[in-house]
Amino acid sequence: MSPVLGKPVNRVDGPDKVTGTGRYCGEIVLPGLAYGLIVGADVAKGRVVSIDESAARAAGGVYGILTHRNTPKVANAPHLIPSLAGQPAPGESFFPMQDDVVHYWGQPVALVVADSLESAAHAAALLDITYEESPAVATIEDGRKSAYEAETLFGGLMPARDERGDVTAALAAAEVTVDASYRYAANHHNPLETSVTTAQWDGDRLTLWDSTMGVRASQLTVASLLGIPLSDVRVITHFVGGGFGSKAMVWPHVTLAAMAARHVGRPVRLTLTRPQSFTSNGHREEQEQRITLGAGRDGRLTAIRHQKLSITSSFDDWAEPATGVSTQIYGCDNYLGSHSLIKGNTMTPTFTRAPGESLGSFSLETAMDRLAYELGMDPVELRIMNHPPVDNHGNPWSSDGMADCLRRGAELIGWADRDPTPGVRQEGDNLIGTGVAGAGYPVAFMMPVQHARARIFNDGSVVIQTSAQEFGIGVTTSMSQVGADGLGVDMDVLRFEAGDTDLPNTTSAVGSMGATMQSSAVHNAARTLRNELIAHAVADDKSPLHGLSPSSVRVADGRMTSTLDPSISESYADMLQRNRLLDLEALGSWTPPPFTTPHGLLTFGAQFAEVAVDKDLGLVRVRRMAGVFAPGRVLNPKLARSQLLGGMLWGLGQALLEGNQIDRQSGRWALNNLGEYLVPVHADIPDIQVEFVEVEDDVVGPLGVKGVGEVGQVGAAAAIANAVFHATGRRMSELPMTAEVVMNGGGAG
Amino acid sequence: MAINQSTAPAVTGVRGPEREPVTLDVNGSTFPIELEPRVSLLDALREHLDLTGTKKGCDQGTCGACTVWVDGRRVLSCLTLAMSCEGHQVSTIEGIAQDGELHPMQQAFVDHDAFQCGYCTPGQIMSAIALLREGNATTDADIAEHMSGNICRCQAYPNIHAAIREVRDADDGG
Ligand code: FES
Ligand code: FES
Repeated sequence: MSPVLGKPVNRVDGPDKVTGTGRYCGEIVLPGLAYGLIVGADVAKGRVVSIDESAARAAGGVYGILTHRNTPKVANAPHLIPSLAGQPAPGESFFPMQDDVVHYWGQPVALVVADSLESAAHAAALLDITYEESPAVATIEDGRKSAYEAETLFGGLMPARDERGDVTAALAAAEVTVDASYRYAANHHNPLETSVTTAQWDGDRLTLWDSTMGVRASQLTVASLLGIPLSDVRVITHFVGGGFGSKAMVWPHVTLAAMAARHVGRPVRLTLTRPQSFTSNGHREEQEQRITLGAGRDGRLTAIRHQKLSITSSFDDWAEPATGVSTQIYGCDNYLGSHSLIKGNTMTPTFTRAPGESLGSFSLETAMDRLAYELGMDPVELRIMNHPPVDNHGNPWSSDGMADCLRRGAELIGWADRDPTPGVRQEGDNLIGTGVAGAGYPVAFMMPVQHARARIFNDGSVVIQTSAQEFGIGVTTSMSQVGADGLGVDMDVLRFEAGDTDLPNTTSAVGSMGATMQSSAVHNAARTLRNELIAHAVADDKSPLHGLSPSSVRVADGRMTSTLDPSISESYADMLQRNRLLDLEALGSWTPPPFTTPHGLLTFGAQFAEVAVDKDLGLVRVRRMAGVFAPGRVLNPKLARSQLLGGMLWGLGQALLEGNQIDRQSGRWALNNLGEYLVPVHADIPDIQVEFVEVEDDVVGPLGVKGVGEVGQVGAAAAIANAVFHATGRRMSELPMTAEVVMNGGGAG
Repeated sequence: MAINQSTAPAVTGVRGPEREPVTLDVNGSTFPIELEPRVSLLDALREHLDLTGTKKGCDQGTCGACTVWVDGRRVLSCLTLAMSCEGHQVSTIEGIAQDGELHPMQQAFVDHDAFQCGYCTPGQIMSAIALLREGNATTDADIAEHMSGNICRCQAYPNIHAAIREVRDADDGG
């Protein structure tokens, strides 16, 4: 039993965060710093006809203005590939200000650089830009006729269609069917820190302080777009104010900051304003889904057809994949998942927390609830009964735990006492109901080899390094635990250093893969160093451990001890000092299993919710939530709980509050601020419980860690919607479930 | 949450639009600086005094990340002009820990893991301490209501509530 791994230790960077001393990327002090501000297009489709800079330049304090007329051409056309793949990762296959064409509202058309935030804002307002506007298509409604079925998603990385068996025949033969359609509003990430990049040139060398979920992705992307060597681009990121997917890909402003800094010959800080964060870093796209289930009277699923229609940009076949869970969380021989797209005048959508599967699971899990009622079966039991021991390829799960999660969650919410009859529990004006949903999120091994370095000094202190970045996931803390465990030292003597491309490479911490890949690399580095230290000791004739087999040496607290005779021991520090070694270091690497590893790879969980619905006003209050998850080994339950709880509450926001539409006339987002785009606040928060089910996993890395960033959100909105049905007898087919939707039952029926 | 006008010095004459000498009193120290009248208190703190603990989440008065105290009252510094704070005591997160010792509310935030990315945290803590002083933390519903101007996108809310309750219930009350 490790003394540090799996312990609920406080965040080591907690004091930096509660005192305000941690420096985020927009807080780097540089001499001569200039302030950049993007000006976005005021039409959704058309051309920039003229830009009159005279008033802006006359306003004072302006160092430079970039437009399509003077912005350098990118060296390589951007090509969208998810950052997890470890290649250049532009958020869209498009770079602005290369010509006069406008593809979406808010697309950067100018960049003002000035001596202060105020001067930049003033000058930006004085830029006189005229456009030639053409009719735009920016909503599903307007583009429906041009919809086509996508072949691949993610720049060709992933097939868009998933088919086995004969769904049509199986549906026709099914004893029971459920057919449900859904409309989902677009979501915006809205991390509390908007994206910011500070860029500084030193001759040919560029340093970026970039609020990113992957320093390496920023480095690769900017180097590619600028056509400069990777060794000339260093990205530093010590604190990031949240990402949720908005900082998973590298958006144009990052490279524009570097271009602007070169243009004005000064360091430039480029911050997206809150309104710009709705138009500059992707979003979860507006979408419709339809799901059709076929089952026998015994409750066994015989067919699932799951179709998604969404709108993407004119440059990319992007859809968050919605069928990665529905294809495998329940066993079913006949399956069809497909994604249809409309190309329109929006920017390319992007990963948004629990990408794809949060809404895909909403469709599946509310449909499963309908099926349970159709069959007169218990919704928990229906799920357990259909959850298979193998995935859709017949491969055993690397680890499971789903049934245990459902059972434990049922206990927490008091499921046993539940009367399934909808619409019969009333407290005052409120109807009360409870609901359940299953949760799963795919483990995606598409990253390259991961590296970390462990170094011990001859006083016994340790530095562990990898290029990971801290955006709230607690990587500094959990990797300190992993390093201390692997090396056999106390956490207090160890410092984990990250957030810098000069350190050994790990890939962007996205898709819930951060903890898996970082812990694997750090563990291997620490283990390699530990083995080297032991090898030194047993080969050293002055060491009390001399001659022992390395396997007979254990390490704790920085002290190597014979397992045969505990009185024989010496510390790492003593051994290093005697040998006049100032330090010793080791590089550790981890090669992920192949994409096609013969294992089912999902992180499982279960969600439960209790709601009170005002019967006259349709207002939903979530009173309780209980989530139980099986994410393999939990490095730090305190931090993992926080992340899962955060995901569940994101699910609450997605269920009840969060949604945006593009105005069909202007092609612009209707909402662009936190006063109108509603996110959960303190007053929305229910009583919430998070628990873990322990499962061992020896496939996903040496420590068996699966991520917790996304799965907490999957199923949360569905559990709430199922609870609303239990309370009111009305099925919800639209998100968010605003009061109107609750009163009318939702649009798509 | 406006500044208490009764204690403000009478404004005489027209100032600006150029930079003007302004004296700000922040965390008990006096800072004579030059500012244009259009500079917000938030930008004065972050860009002119290098006190970056106070965060900018929206610059529109909607998120609470920029919460500071002016004369002990909670204020959104993004909606407050720096010049209007002359003659008033501004308190920011940097002034909360004393002699390297975390304030009980800061410690409770660490102990309860009441943050993830930490970007909303200075504002949450400034609000949370003020909440107790205002007498607005008696019940859980009070806490939830009176903290609702401070958005946490990481959704650390349940842990923030636990931290506030702990400090409220401790003998010294923070
Ligand atoms: S920055 Fe002031 S309220 Fe958001
Ligand atoms: S801790 Fe990230 S916004 Fe609150």
